[in-house]
Amino acid sequence: MTLLELKNIWKTYTLGSAQVHALRGVSLSVNKGEFLAIQGPSGSGKSTMMSLIGCLDLPTKGTILLNDIDIASMPESQLAQIRGKKIGFVFQKFNLITTLSAVENIALPMIFQRISHNEQLKRTIALLHQVGLGDRIHHKPTELSGGQQQRVAIARALATNPDIILADEPTGNLDSTTGRQIIELLVTLHNNSSKTIILVTHDDELAHYAQRIVYLLDGKIHKEWRRR
Amino acid sequence: MIHDYFFLAFAHLRHHPTRAWLTMIGIFIGIAAVVALISLGQGLQDAINSQFSTFGVDKIIVTGKSAGFGPPGQASAGKVTKADIQLLRKSPGIMRTAGRLLKPVSVDFANEVRTTYAVSLPEDDKEFELIKEVNTLRAAEGRMLKKGDKRKAMVGYDLAYKLVFSHNIKLGSKLLLNEHEYGVIGVMDRFGDPARDKAIYLMENDMRNLFDMKNEYSVVVAQLASGENPRAVAEVIKRAMGKDRHQKVGKEDFEIQTSEEILRQLTTILQIVSAVLTGIAAISLLVGGVGIMNTMYTAVLERTREIGIMKAIGARNEDILAIFLVESGMLGMTGGGLGILLGTALSKATEFVAAQMWGPNLLQASIPWYLVLGALLFSFITGTLSGVLPARKAAHMKPSEALQYE
Ligand SMILES: Nc1ncnc2c1ncn2[C@@H]1O[C@H](COP(=O)(O)OP(=O)(O)OP(=O)(O)O)[C@@H](O)[C@H]1O
Ligand SMILES: [Mg+2]
Repeated sequence: MTLLELKNIWKTYTLGSAQVHALRGVSLSVNKGEFLAIQGPSGSGKSTMMSLIGCLDLPTKGTILLNDIDIASMPESQLAQIRGKKIGFVFQKFNLITTLSAVENIALPMIFQRISHNEQLKRTIALLHQVGLGDRIHHKPTELSGGQQQRVAIARALATNPDIILADEPTGNLDSTTGRQIIELLVTLHNNSSKTIILVTHDDELAHYAQRIVYLLDGKIHKEWRRR
Repeated sequence: MIHDYFFLAFAHLRHHPTRAWLTMIGIFIGIAAVVALISLGQGLQDAINSQFSTFGVDKIIVTGKSAGFGPPGQASAGKVTKADIQLLRKSPGIMRTAGRLLKPVSVDFANEVRTTYAVSLPEDDKEFELIKEVNTLRAAEGRMLKKGDKRKAMVGYDLAYKLVFSHNIKLGSKLLLNEHEYGVIGVMDRFGDPARDKAIYLMENDMRNLFDMKNEYSVVVAQLASGENPRAVAEVIKRAMGKDRHQKVGKEDFEIQTSEEILRQLTTILQIVSAVLTGIAAISLLVGGVGIMNTMYTAVLERTREIGIMKAIGARNEDILAIFLVESGMLGMTGGGLGILLGTALSKATEFVAAQMWGPNLLQASIPWYLVLGALLFSFITGTLSGVLPARKAAHMKPSEALQYE
């Protein structure tokens, strides 16, 4: 069953008089429960594509269907709702709120969804255990290692039980062992909860944890293959 | 939900405590000044009202026309005389009258000389009664002056005890007034009015001898018969006195005021003064608001990335707006709350000093609940309004751009 469909997506940035075509007619369809990796050289448009799928930005041209709803021209208020309910982000730089503790960071998306405090607490504790951080709940991000911060970020991405996890180079700031552990955590998640996961990575080895790999080049899908 | 906003705002304020405190100073000082000024102004108003409630609204006061704001009887061109009292007594609507003299005098006590006011007490029993009533005259020590007293004086409480002279004036002390010796037979109870508490009181005949005055009065007080309209009676008397003096309407050399009018004049002056002072203090609130705005702009810029993160995890524009507004509102309200405490302390301290100097009756700072609530609300609103522009800027950031901000 198709969860996400990109139809001839263009994204053009205008910098002064110069135009940068970050994406040039990308079409892609992702099934529910699929684990997809996106690869490609720097500047090929991977992050751009992720931010369009994640409703952080709108394409210059084209259609993006999420659950058969076109999100390519939605107003910001509805995009915020989709981001909050259906999408979980994991960033290369962890992007935790530094003034909040681990639990508070994980609870934040639930606050924006008006989820009750009891429910927030229950889910937060469960998520912390799920990512293997049961003993670090009141630590601030600065008091956690990179790997631990990324685990908190993953727990936060799962907080509102979204359909898709978007992870843009989640291992980019981690050493290879920690990076592998993080990817294995995502794989476990995928196996246990059948979440759709889209992973951007430069690392061929890590990309092979995915079921399908899409290779971008100059804002186009250059090639695409399935793991056997 | 709203308490989550408060929590988030607080988490940030806690993160930059010094900045938060510094930001609050403007609002803090502004609210402190406003609270102190309003509570003291209200206290003064209460004092005036209570003085007038003993004086009564059924009185009219006749004085020679004075040039300006000087004390009655001093700069007066016209004079009020015994003849005028006779005229008043015969006028319809008047129940009782009494005349008083009020003159600056130099007092020599144990070879120290100070200038103060001498005030007369009437020889006539009925007149004495009226003066006693409207001024609530009581002897704190010794006895009250009475008809027939010669070369006897009473002194105001402050004149006796508040080190106007190096030594306290006691019963039996001798005072030289314009070279005439007077024996002190009593000390007036405290009025809580610096002028009257520093005055010296003599019987009318003594005073007339002392200043060589035959018929004139500094001020004449008349009490109306019950149910009379003060203004109407005052008008009738004004016409009668004017005719008696052959003076045209509008050209009189005397003035008739009802006690209500005097109260209203004093109240108006007080209100103008406190409005001006409070207005000046309010400028500091404006400065405080600008300080909050500046801090919030800085905060929005610094937290651009964080705004991007919050939007990415589902914050709507309204959520971001609310978080920043609550934060600036909290800055305003905390500053305001502390300002209320300081303002209260300031006005209580002023009250204390005033009580030391003039007795406990003159000034009691009045801090009603609505002043506290109003100040708190006002500082919250000032804070929130100052945050509107920065918060809107934060709310309308594009999530993708905010996330890329370094
Ligand atoms: N906000 C922006 N404004 C202007 N140009 C942009 C913007 N974001 C991306 N680009 C440009 O779009 C192109 C694609 O960028 P993108 O970040 O998607 O690449 P990427 O594949 O994620 O690269 P990397 O592997 O280095 O992260 C680049 O040429 C980049 O300079
Ligand atoms: Mg990228």
